[in-house]
Amino acid sequence: MRALFLSLAATTILAGIAQAEPAIMPLDRATILAGSPFDFKIELDQVHAAADVAVTVNGQPYASVFGKPAEFVAEEKGKDGKVLGSALIARGLSIAKPGDYTVAVTAGTETKSVTWTVYGTPAVPTAKNVIFLLGDGLSVAHRTAARIMSKGMHDGKADGRLAMDDLDHMAFIGTSSTHSIATDSANTMSAYMTGHKSRVNALGVYADRTPSSLDDPKVETIAEALRRTTKKSVGIVSTAEIEDATPAAVVSHTRKRADKAEIVGMIYDVKPEVVLGGGSAYFLKSGIPGSKRKDDKDYISLFRDAGYTVATTATELKAADGSNSGKILGLFHTGNMDTKLDRSFLKTGTVDKFPDQPGLVDMTQTALDQLSKNPDGFFLMVEGASIDKMSHPMDWDRAVIETIEFDQAVGVAKDFARTHPDTLIVVAGDHTHGVSLIGTIDDDKPGTEMRDKVGVYDDAGYPNYTDADHDGYPDKIDVSRRLAIFSSNFPDYYETFRPKMDGPFEPAVKTETGDYVANEAYKDVPGAVLRVGNLPKSADTAVHAVDDVVLQATGPGSDEFKGYMEQSDVYRVLADAFALGAAQK
Amino acid sequence: MPFALRRRQFLAALPALASLPRMARAEAPELTFDQLYGGYSALGLTFSDKVKLLDGQSVRIRGFMAPPLKAEAQFFVLTRVPMALCPFCSTDADWPDNIVVVYLEHRQTFVQPNRTIEVTGRLEHGSWVDPDTGFVSQLRLRDASFGLV
Repeated sequence: MRALFLSLAATTILAGIAQAEPAIMPLDRATILAGSPFDFKIELDQVHAAADVAVTVNGQPYASVFGKPAEFVAEEKGKDGKVLGSALIARGLSIAKPGDYTVAVTAGTETKSVTWTVYGTPAVPTAKNVIFLLGDGLSVAHRTAARIMSKGMHDGKADGRLAMDDLDHMAFIGTSSTHSIATDSANTMSAYMTGHKSRVNALGVYADRTPSSLDDPKVETIAEALRRTTKKSVGIVSTAEIEDATPAAVVSHTRKRADKAEIVGMIYDVKPEVVLGGGSAYFLKSGIPGSKRKDDKDYISLFRDAGYTVATTATELKAADGSNSGKILGLFHTGNMDTKLDRSFLKTGTVDKFPDQPGLVDMTQTALDQLSKNPDGFFLMVEGASIDKMSHPMDWDRAVIETIEFDQAVGVAKDFARTHPDTLIVVAGDHTHGVSLIGTIDDDKPGTEMRDKVGVYDDAGYPNYTDADHDGYPDKIDVSRRLAIFSSNFPDYYETFRPKMDGPFEPAVKTETGDYVANEAYKDVPGAVLRVGNLPKSADTAVHAVDDVVLQATGPGSDEFKGYMEQSDVYRVLADAFALGAAQK
Repeated sequence: MPFALRRRQFLAALPALASLPRMARAEAPELTFDQLYGGYSALGLTFSDKVKLLDGQSVRIRGFMAPPLKAEAQFFVLTRVPMALCPFCSTDADWPDNIVVVYLEHRQTFVQPNRTIEVTGRLEHGSWVDPDTGFVSQLRLRDASFGLV
């Protein structure tokens, strides 16, 4: 106790003496593609006169290196009008010459310096096309479970291999964000798509201190870099709302991924040639039932006017695939698309309302058919979104079926690369979940409690899924001896030990105090037991893990993936493959 | 817990409901969540004939109360199933398509989200923006009251 008191006192004293540091964005150790535009911002902790703020770059006055002076803001204000300090902002800078750049600021007693590395790329691209397949939340347990469920196993060896099992280069990816070891789908995908780490909920920006979510210092996205330096086509495919964090990261700049109406505008500004997914609610002008916009912007018409063929069902997508417009906007749901298990097998979720949704495999194939018409090549991002969306509520059967579907989309990409060997394929999660496959659940084991039926070690044996039609999916998900998958972290919920046959699992519901309590809809499922959560009561579902992501790749440039890499380093491999440091148009 | 005691507590918590004429509630036609829209498309939803027919009339709808936007909010959101996520609170969650916004005639106490409630109020359809919060709704119950089922 005494030791604790002393250490607390020491901390307090240190905090009292410590000078608050100014923030410089991009942050220290940022890596910046040569020639790519970015915003530069210094946030000072106190109010200063403009003349008292000195900034140098490698010892030179900053304006001579950056080519222009920054705007001085005497007083930045917080949400409540509180003065936060002075700031310097310069938008759209770019640095052409690779090398290290040390930026130092002095203002009164405040000092800070950061060093950025500006990198070039080879002058000639090694890859004509890049297909970037992102399994949202894809963790090791998802892959193992998908392999066993889809391919089977006996005598300790898998009876088949996933498409992603044969990608020949790999790396462990560190996913942490700029303010936390933990992370979300916004900052993680943003790191892949910009080469800069960011803060939870942020896309294509460094998170600044001002309340607006749309004024934060921007960095260039891969789609913008491709527009600036090449004549390549861009495609975005997702089973989520297309303005959801992962697909949004290909084009967007906002501190807040929830700015979905604005993100649709950002997609429109970049105009990727192929846009396929859910989320039409934010494309419809307000007033139309189903719209989630608050303005009269009708993005369906705007895209049509820009030459896009619009498809809203799988049938229309097939027709559009045969058209020669070269530009397709496919929106197949007002919100997130239904999972493969709901869509193709159980007919649950919202499948009665949106019965003709295409799957990820068909969308990937259509995107490749369209984008490959461009002789200059393309960048295609494909997201298997609901691996994550079903892992949050711990609906492991849906998450694993989503992983199988995602893997089949990887198969489509590999087939394309077989005839187009100048294609780099990257397959990765954006972050992980705290999920593990630990054995089987066998209804025929003796015992009255469901936990007695969990088989571990030698007792687990092998599950009894079948795949008579060889579609890669089990004929039946609720078999008598099935995979036992559990989460390391959870809110209060009822564990049923069974697949959720009536629709996706909703483990906890919110009370008026902000706490989440177990959803009693599952209380009376035979064998259900209450698990008291190990997360704060404010957690609605299971959370992301900080564990590394496994990235795999094949094709030209893929040998740059190795060992441990920061998520932002992945962008540099893409930039090298496309030679984005050298203009090609 | 004996039923009588629960009932007394319930009435104490909901004075507005206790004073509501029982007949009026029972007479209002029932509308279910599955009857709100007649057609679904990515290009928009269409209201059901039943909603168009009952517009302006008193109706009953059963559902679950989502946690309020703020304690003093004049309305709450009624959902078909209990909300697992709170779109008001999380930057990542979003409301389902088929929600009904309920404007209460008198203030009533929040009901735990695991409990089904029945709301009676005057049905209103069409896009409308709440002037205080900017919340956009397509279906509303005005001058409403609710009770546990």
